[in-house]
Amino acid sequence: MTTEVVKEVHLRDSSLPDNELHAVLARTWATPRGLIGWLSVVDHKVVGIRYFITAMVFLAAAGLLAVAMRLQLARPENGVLGPDLYDQVFTMHGTTMMFLFGVPVMEAFMVYLVPLMVGTRNIAFPRLNSFSYYMYLVGGVMLWIAFAFNTGADAGWFSYVPLAGPEYAPGKRVDFWAQMVTFTEIAALSVAIEIIATIFKQRAPGMRLDRIPLFVWAALVTSFVIVFGMPSVMVSSTMLILDRLVSTQFFNPAEGGDALLWQHLFWFFGHPEVYIIFLPATGFISAIIPTFARRPMFGYLPLVLALIATGFLSFGLWVHHMFAAGIPALGSSFFTASSMMIAIPTGVQIFCWIATLWLGRPVFATPLLFTIAFIVTFVIGGLTGVMVASVPIDLQVHDTYFVVAHFHYVLVGGAVFPLIAAIYYWFPKATGRMMSERLGRWNFWLAFIGFNAAFFPMHILGLNGMPRRIYTYPLESGWGSMNFFVSASAVVLAASFVILAWNIIYSIRKGEPAGPNPWNAGTLEWTTTSPPQDYNFARIPVVGASDPLWTAGGLAEAHGLKVESRELVVTTTAEAQPDLRESSPVPSIWPFLAAVTASATLIGSIFTPWAVVWGAVPVGVTLIGWFWPKSVPEDEE
Amino acid sequence: MRIKLLAVGFLALATAGCERLPKSLDSAGRGAEMIADLFWFFTAVSAIIWIGVVAALIAALFRRRDRTSERNAEETDRAAHDRAARVVVTAVGATVVTLLALTAASYFTDRGLVNLTGDNALTIDVSARQWWWAAEYASSDPSQRVTTANELHIPVGTPVNLKLSSADVIHSFWVPELTGKQDLVPGRQNVLRLIATRPGVYRGQCAEFCGLQHAHMAIIVVAEAPKDFEAWRQRQLAPAVEPATDEARRGREVFLQKPCVMCHKISGTPAGSRAGPDLTHVASRRGLAANTLPFTRGSLAAWIADPQSVKPGSKMPLTQLTADELNAVVAYLEGLQ
Amino acid sequence: MKPLLIAVCCCLVVSGCKREARDVRGAPAASSNAGLIVMSTNSPGADSPVKTVNASAEQYNGNAYHISEGQRLFRWFNCSGCHANGGGGMGPALMDDKWIYGSSIENVAATIREGRPNGMPSFRGKVPEQQIWEIAAYVRALSGNQPQSATPVRSDHLNAIPHMQKPEGGEEPPSTSSKPAEPQ
Repeated sequence: MTTEVVKEVHLRDSSLPDNELHAVLARTWATPRGLIGWLSVVDHKVVGIRYFITAMVFLAAAGLLAVAMRLQLARPENGVLGPDLYDQVFTMHGTTMMFLFGVPVMEAFMVYLVPLMVGTRNIAFPRLNSFSYYMYLVGGVMLWIAFAFNTGADAGWFSYVPLAGPEYAPGKRVDFWAQMVTFTEIAALSVAIEIIATIFKQRAPGMRLDRIPLFVWAALVTSFVIVFGMPSVMVSSTMLILDRLVSTQFFNPAEGGDALLWQHLFWFFGHPEVYIIFLPATGFISAIIPTFARRPMFGYLPLVLALIATGFLSFGLWVHHMFAAGIPALGSSFFTASSMMIAIPTGVQIFCWIATLWLGRPVFATPLLFTIAFIVTFVIGGLTGVMVASVPIDLQVHDTYFVVAHFHYVLVGGAVFPLIAAIYYWFPKATGRMMSERLGRWNFWLAFIGFNAAFFPMHILGLNGMPRRIYTYPLESGWGSMNFFVSASAVVLAASFVILAWNIIYSIRKGEPAGPNPWNAGTLEWTTTSPPQDYNFARIPVVGASDPLWTAGGLAEAHGLKVESRELVVTTTAEAQPDLRESSPVPSIWPFLAAVTASATLIGSIFTPWAVVWGAVPVGVTLIGWFWPKSVPEDEE
Repeated sequence: MRIKLLAVGFLALATAGCERLPKSLDSAGRGAEMIADLFWFFTAVSAIIWIGVVAALIAALFRRRDRTSERNAEETDRAAHDRAARVVVTAVGATVVTLLALTAASYFTDRGLVNLTGDNALTIDVSARQWWWAAEYASSDPSQRVTTANELHIPVGTPVNLKLSSADVIHSFWVPELTGKQDLVPGRQNVLRLIATRPGVYRGQCAEFCGLQHAHMAIIVVAEAPKDFEAWRQRQLAPAVEPATDEARRGREVFLQKPCVMCHKISGTPAGSRAGPDLTHVASRRGLAANTLPFTRGSLAAWIADPQSVKPGSKMPLTQLTADELNAVVAYLEGLQ
Repeated sequence: MKPLLIAVCCCLVVSGCKREARDVRGAPAASSNAGLIVMSTNSPGADSPVKTVNASAEQYNGNAYHISEGQRLFRWFNCSGCHANGGGGMGPALMDDKWIYGSSIENVAATIREGRPNGMPSFRGKVPEQQIWEIAAYVRALSGNQPQSATPVRSDHLNAIPHMQKPEGGEEPPSTSSKPAEPQ
């Protein structure tokens, strides 16, 4: 072997002292300033925060719609909203909450946290990440502008045909809805692909698959569910657009189509969709409980298996939304069994969480309070879910306020409470300031009491004959007093969100400064500064166990990455052995331009099929600009 | 003390109006009975599970912890860990067994619902429209077919098969006191089987969002003794009652000259359109406009004068009638028992 | 802060724009002022003092809801009995560009209301005014005279109702080209 001095062609982090290293890395990984810089950003943290803020704005908007609905329903034969406006309001409420808030807010957390938790500098495919945010933003804004023009979707968030078909839904209302679905599907599929690639290939060396945080496992399973579930709704919404635009007959029974085809295709996506929202929430809980029980999670392997089982089983449940549609009884019973079965992995998760709290020493900070609210509330929702999984019971309560109560219990209890817990937990990391504990307690109590008071009586209303999606009800029905109570409680729930918003806004400026690890947690994101530097980690950590910060002996570091160009480590899939040095894309305006052309094409195709033809040209141009090969200085060693 | 008062006040408010059981649990039909029994079973099991989980959570959070657990930490830790593992495995096992029991119970009730029929079943073809219910009592002899709208009469104790179809969008037939619901899907025919066990008047409502007036699409099912049912059926088969007064006769003229005749059928007159509800025996029904209004003189006049203020978006248009014409038509329709 | 202000301003701007109207109720004392509609755009001397456009007609042209109601009423009142689904039979075709009595919505409404020689019944008094306008709007849609964004592309029934742009549709009266309609 000949020894020769290897000339340092590129500056590497092994040869720099810490303070210089930080300065050089900050320069290399900086986000450029100005409007063009703002549009060209590829930093996953910035994109994650954008997703978060946009999703919270949509949450507020849809929440206001809910308040409007409750005002209308507070009294029998009320005149606050007429039928046309009410139909638009409840459709927009459901659509916004599911497509524009529920999934994107989970995407926000996954995009922000996963690279930090696995110990890498940026998410995989950062330009695709940026593009996906613009597509989501345009899709949501387009739908709401349509609503402002009195052409908001009005056929329900799941838009059943023939009511949403060309004859019974005149105008462009449902077309805007269907195209918004396309926008958000593109965004979600993009994020899913990035998350899967990041988790499989960009983990810190030594972070074997059995050492990755449970939130990362949840993000991985969610991403696979997105990849397999979203195409179904993309197909069905495209078929609906085609039916309404160019007169195909997919859903026209008189010409050989089938009204139930829509339901199958939609719900094949629709059921996994709620798990897309719920699984990251379980990830939040799995991250928060160990920190606030001050011990590692009990039952890591069963929890991982439960996540995977839930994701897998979620594809076998969809017909439970169609029990009253005329499906043969034997087939329906199969879906009763599978819908009950999915309660088992969820039960495993809950038992392991409680066991962790039992074995640990709880700290009663706001994140733990919301975790408690989650367990108490979500279990009610899960149990009413077991009830509606049964065909006979569902035949009574399907499409009534019982189901409204059920899904709000599982969505608010099972996703929003964990989300609020996650906000309080990771806010210090993202902003460098703590949120107010005092406001947090007010937030918790108002939310918990307001939510249960508003939604528990709905079970009884549903059993008493009140169907869903009615803009009013007769005085003789006897539903008036309970509806009034529900509406009053909804105001309490709304107040809790106002407190949350105030806490966020206040704490950004005036919150107590937070260090890198104010909760004394164990995962990698808590080694960075608060907020993290653009480059996340000065040196990529090397991990020897799960909960690396709780492992005695401190954290090892990997050396050898270039510092003057963007570089990160690619490791092997299972064992996380360092494999390659990979360059990470610099900020680029092309994702924004591609989003502009794609949006113009998609919005144009609401009005004419020719938009697809003519729009393909600018889309092609921007994609070529995006993918034009750039020369990257290769390793010489 | 204050918290207790608050809790009591809260419960009082929450249960305000709870004089009787919710309709789907107050069964008047065999199907509803079976489902209600299953529901109570599920509720009991669910309550036990929820209380158990919450109790475990509270215990986990607030149990007394030995402060000296730092010493012997690993040993007690290992023992506690194993204990916890045993409890979790037991809980998971109990969950599996419970779910199996619930699934089995559900399956048996489902079988019961499917078998709710018999040889002497009465068949009614129900066709849902935006936003009313058309019904025709099936018979091999066309002259025995009763055509009505928005109100069904059935004999108590006799199996009834409802053949459900839709002329436009998806609707759902649901009378909670009798049995579960079934959708009416255009392009398919679904069947709903029920047996009433108690005479009475039962109100149901469309349970699948079907457009602007989904909220005002109610159906009334009157379950009565078999001989009362037969009497009703015979009355319904007769052609329209001849108008008794001059005003009513004038009303019939107005009906036949105005837009009414374009959509409504009255047997025994030239009006034969089936676009809207059959009015041959409209005065024998309890409600108007798919049971949005009670059948009274005032409601009838209000409905005909301006349907769009009662049911905005309904398919019945505003017609131009003078006051005399309106009174005449109301007098005529009131007589159509 | 600035992005938020910009967003709020945009919202305010949008809320001032013209919104889609869905009127379920026609004018209360419905105006069947047929006498005030001229049938021809030619008049001797100076312009006619009577408008050729009925004010209430504007709310029906280009309105998706009204055209959709017209589609339903076309089926309910059995217009297909003579006109098939636009192709004609005993009655003239409705989806071509040959308009015996004019193609403006006022003309079509007058046709429905008053009837025409050679078989078109008069529906005055039998079809309320609003519904006449809705059917007229739909008939214009059959020949491609309504904007694409407001026209239903197909029905949810047997698909005999035509759709999309028809090459033969249009507003040209036939007086310059074809021979007069023959009694059939």
